[in-house]
Amino acid sequence: MDPLVLARWQFAILTIIHFFFVPLTLGLTIFLAILETAYVRTGKKVYRDAVKFWSKVFLINFALGVVSGIVQEFQFGLNWSEYSRFMGDIFGAPLAVEALLAFYLESTFIGVWVFGWDKLSPKVHATVLWLTAIGSNLSAIWILIANSFMQHPAGYTLGEKGVIMTNFKEVATNPNVLYQFPHVFFSGMSTAAFVVLGLSAYLYLIKRGDKDVLNLSVRWATVYGLIGVIMVGTVGHYQGQFLVKEQPSKMAAAEALWESAAPAPFSFFAIPDEANKTNRLSLEVPALLSFLSYNDFTSKVEGINEVQAKMEAQYGPGDYIPPVGMVYWSFRLMVYTGSLMLLILLYVWYLNWKGIALESKPWLLKSLVWSILLPYIAVTTGWMMAEIGRQPWVVYGLLRTEQGVSPASVVSGGEVLFSLLGLGVVYIVLTYLGVKLVIKHLHQAPSHAPASAD
Amino acid sequence: MDLKTLWFILITVLFTGFFFLEGFDYGVGMLMPFLGKRDKERRAILNTIGPVWDGNEVWMITAGGALFASFPQWYATLFSGFYIPLVLMLLALIFRGVGMEFRSQEESEKWRNTWDWLIFWGSLLPALLWGVAIANIVRGVPIDENMHYVGGFFNLLNPYALVGGITFVVLFLMHGATYLALKLTNGLEKQAKRVANRMWKATLVMAVIFLLYSYPEVLSKAQYLGVSLVFLAIAVVALLVDGYFLKQGDMLKAFWAGGVTILGITAGFFAALYPNVMPSSLNPAYSLTIYNASASDYTLKVMTVVALVLVPIVLVYQGWTYYTFRQRISTKDELTY
Repeated sequence: MDPLVLARWQFAILTIIHFFFVPLTLGLTIFLAILETAYVRTGKKVYRDAVKFWSKVFLINFALGVVSGIVQEFQFGLNWSEYSRFMGDIFGAPLAVEALLAFYLESTFIGVWVFGWDKLSPKVHATVLWLTAIGSNLSAIWILIANSFMQHPAGYTLGEKGVIMTNFKEVATNPNVLYQFPHVFFSGMSTAAFVVLGLSAYLYLIKRGDKDVLNLSVRWATVYGLIGVIMVGTVGHYQGQFLVKEQPSKMAAAEALWESAAPAPFSFFAIPDEANKTNRLSLEVPALLSFLSYNDFTSKVEGINEVQAKMEAQYGPGDYIPPVGMVYWSFRLMVYTGSLMLLILLYVWYLNWKGIALESKPWLLKSLVWSILLPYIAVTTGWMMAEIGRQPWVVYGLLRTEQGVSPASVVSGGEVLFSLLGLGVVYIVLTYLGVKLVIKHLHQAPSHAPASAD
Repeated sequence: MDLKTLWFILITVLFTGFFFLEGFDYGVGMLMPFLGKRDKERRAILNTIGPVWDGNEVWMITAGGALFASFPQWYATLFSGFYIPLVLMLLALIFRGVGMEFRSQEESEKWRNTWDWLIFWGSLLPALLWGVAIANIVRGVPIDENMHYVGGFFNLLNPYALVGGITFVVLFLMHGATYLALKLTNGLEKQAKRVANRMWKATLVMAVIFLLYSYPEVLSKAQYLGVSLVFLAIAVVALLVDGYFLKQGDMLKAFWAGGVTILGITAGFFAALYPNVMPSSLNPAYSLTIYNASASDYTLKVMTVVALVLVPIVLVYQGWTYYTFRQRISTKDELTY
């Protein structure tokens, strides 16, 4: 068993599962903090009830995010010791800042929030939730700063044994993170909105839950989600333009554009044939890729073959192109899922605006329940594009993935398999139990009673 | 003082904070199924650490992150080398963390009982394995000329390391029982006091064995034996004082004395290590030291500023949480967990 292959699977599986929990934490803490602030401001009980109701879902998700996050902190040492040695001078610092600045904040105040309902004034209690929300989102910033160095190294010089930090400010304000963090932040908002909408729809279907709370949640989540989805797409567009310049191998693969072209067409459905370096089928809109990349309809966009030739000239012989089909389709799936999310939200928003109750449309309620999956598909494919698209590098232009793995003399394939199976199975079982607890919580909500006079 | 030494001290501080705070959390987790006969009692016991355990656990995460930032070679050698124990510890921490959140969410006795025992093992294993890890680090392990650990799994289970592990377990049991005596009421409080006294005796026995065993294995090779012995002496004195207060039933003073014991042991063993961070048992020339394992001075400087600004702030707001939740927990309370 090849430890490299197993280590890559392990990192991919554990990180993807970890990132099922992260966006919901990021988006839902802020959503709940907004609702609790509304409670403090207006004193209306319905806001407090809404916060309390969703907090159960939030806490189950939070617990799973925290425990899978502990593994992340140590994974680089476990399976990627040579990566850790090479990157140590740069990579450890943001992780340590993340712990000191963000994890303490989020983990300390989440406990105060959960246990402090009767011990703190409403104002302080809401502030505590804001601190938790800030902590969670700060942690996203710092881990993305670390990831951004892997995507786009900055603020370093190359030493004998690895990279050496020369400018912390450049590391922390890496242009990549200036796109990546808002992208993740707004995808968190979108995820939280779809979870709240989907679970509310489920409650309408089983005729349970406080109707005031549900109506309120749907209204607020729709607006919250619209902001999230529109912004995630907008930021994503500029992020794409940045990557065309800075990571041409990723973007050329993501567009399945084999030959450079001016103007370049945008392909919306292709079957890439990597062996023959061509597409078996590609449905295209002429010149659109030039526009998306450079804001005009004439610019040349570099194709895979040209990028490969340039990188060979720079780094020596080798294959510098990531798996084209995977990257192309993860990119498409992310964008298409995001577009579908936008349409759904616009429609729900239209119904809210017209005053048409969602309850009158059972098919919509059912679709909303299934739509909970959409943000998860989008964030997962988004990360697949980011991380698979960076291959063969683990640190773009500096270190290849196979150079980063722990040596087989230290960590055997069997050991990696043990941790992959052990942690993987536990993650899956716990995720399953978490989902079951959420569903049980929904079924325990009181049956639909006449609306209270609040 | 050079930056590398400063960071060696900061890492010691972070591990001390970790063992002090998670020490009683682990202790509480291990004692819960035994002290708590009825479900309500177990819940009360878990609720004593409910608001704080998550924040406490960050001390471990921070110690790990800071290790990566300041001594990346140490981080890389340690966690790739101690692979299986680390994976077991991570599994244990996952079950413990999820268990805290999940156990009271279903009524069924089977569900709750299963999680209670997972919380038990999830607290016992990290306590044991950190003891084993620290003992192995200070004793020295087979590290080759490329800083790679080449000893395999079973090499880590040597008698000295196991004595270290058991010492940690009983020390944390005592610390946890003392904490429980401070946080519970009535029958549970009395029981916790009794257990704390019993665990004190076990800790005394184990500490004496561990320290005597440490002389040939570790201390005789220490470069700064004096500093190490000062801290270890503090630990021994604090433990004796702890015993006195436990007998008197002055649990608050006993708790702090137990905390000083943990500080003394942690600092004593780290001091015995210095300036090595992971001595090689194959050849002293292969040892990882604060010089060949550290990050660049620039990175250390940046991290020094970050740590010196943030750690005091963290201490203040974590202190505030303990103040907010200073009340004792009774089985009659409405319990969150």
